[in-house]
Amino acid sequence: MSDEIIRETSYDAWLNALEVDEGYYLRGDSRATVPPAVAGKTDELERKTLPETGMVESKTVIRVPHPDFEDAAPYAIAIVDFGPVTLTGQVTGTDPEAVETGLVVEATVLEAEASGKRFVGFRPAGEVSDR
Amino acid sequence: MAEILIAGVGATDFGDHTGRTGRELFAEARSSALEKSAVPRSDVDALYYGNYMGATAERQSHQAPLMASAVGTTDLEATRVENACASGGYAVADGVRAITSGEADVVLVGGLERMTPLETEETTAALARAADELHEGRPGLTFPGAYALLADAYMERFGGSREDLAHIAVKNHANATTNPKAQFQSEIDVADVLEAPSVADPLGVLDACPITDGAAAAVLVSGEYATKHDLEPAVAITGSGRGTETLSLQERGELTRTRAAESAAQAAYDRAEVTAADVDVAEVHDCFTIAEVLALEALGFYEPGAAITAARDGETTRDGTLPVNLSGGLKAKGHPVGATGVGQLVELTTLLEGTHPNADAVPDAKVGVTHNAGGTVATAAVHVLEVAK
Repeated sequence: MSDEIIRETSYDAWLNALEVDEGYYLRGDSRATVPPAVAGKTDELERKTLPETGMVESKTVIRVPHPDFEDAAPYAIAIVDFGPVTLTGQVTGTDPEAVETGLVVEATVLEAEASGKRFVGFRPAGEVSDR
Repeated sequence: MAEILIAGVGATDFGDHTGRTGRELFAEARSSALEKSAVPRSDVDALYYGNYMGATAERQSHQAPLMASAVGTTDLEATRVENACASGGYAVADGVRAITSGEADVVLVGGLERMTPLETEETTAALARAADELHEGRPGLTFPGAYALLADAYMERFGGSREDLAHIAVKNHANATTNPKAQFQSEIDVADVLEAPSVADPLGVLDACPITDGAAAAVLVSGEYATKHDLEPAVAITGSGRGTETLSLQERGELTRTRAAESAAQAAYDRAEVTAADVDVAEVHDCFTIAEVLALEALGFYEPGAAITAARDGETTRDGTLPVNLSGGLKAKGHPVGATGVGQLVELTTLLEGTHPNADAVPDAKVGVTHNAGGTVATAAVHVLEVAK
């Protein structure tokens, strides 16, 4: 994908792109971010390709779950550094307790059964996609 | 900063107040504060009132006029302040600003939370809303989970252990044993903390503050008002600061610092013309054990990476060089979210004036600090209190 000036900063549109492996982030003058961008003029944000993999910076295994995930506990949540941007998401495709700092993951999109809401997920890089 | 004196403070017991409404609890706290202050309620110019989850817990938003009625008069300005767990601290800051600006001579600051009406999962959901819904709530990050991420990042970078954190909980429980207002007036030991079930690794149930009902209030007056009415309050607020950070953790760049609290502390110290080294006693926001570590570093008492062993080494215990959370802290005194920041003011005022049951631990204290944090410290309010000259 070539870099382009974009005006679309909707969160849902961003998830749609991430879902088909066309993840991106937005680069402004001073910082990089992901939609929905709320700072700066949107026509000054440049759309850049999200690096394919990132590295776990911090992780936890949630034992007392968020109500949207009552049947999913224990599950792992990680903050993952993709270089220009950092994302938060639920880690699947591995034992929650096996998620370690430095683990290399790729971003995906998951959906909560209870709420039907979509969100960022991670899975260890190099695994065969389940799609 | 204009002279601002704490004319009177009051609070309910913190704990389970099943069967009582929020307005009753707030009336009890403000009644006690007004009575101690000897200020007539008709002199109160404004009410700043912290509350976080009343809409969920008591099906009641728009609580400011309700609490004005609980003061016994609607002839005042009434505003509800909401910054999650820092709502109370911001109510205090707004009160300070109202007097500093000259708009008000007498302000009632207060806070209330009723949390026990909710089931645990409802409370978990309500507290999770203090985090970024899109980036954190949707993937299933809970509030303890967010602090667990901070603890993990801290220990990964600086070292330290779950045992170090456990000593913070042990210390704060020990302090609460002699505080009749505390929810848990019982001691625990390190093994209890380490063996307690995990909520979000590496934090267990005993690393976390409880679910609490409670209210707190304070009457603030200008120096001019105090002189005119022959009031001689023992304690003054000499510094007030606020700080802001991104709501989500992922946008911060660094997970081992709480910049909102650093900014708030710097602003409060500058206004009070003190430094961290001048502080004799502190009440800090220990919603989780790791939160106390981050607070002590943000307040400048410790270098980054150095505060995790402070409780274990006895530096912040009752007989340490800088006693922290002599009230029992959020951990053992309890954490009625919207009341906590004002509750800290109540505790620290009585510690400095010598009327607190644990005041004997700090007989010569002249300068104290409160540190109140919202969410994962996306907002913070810091106040410097000094024995009035």
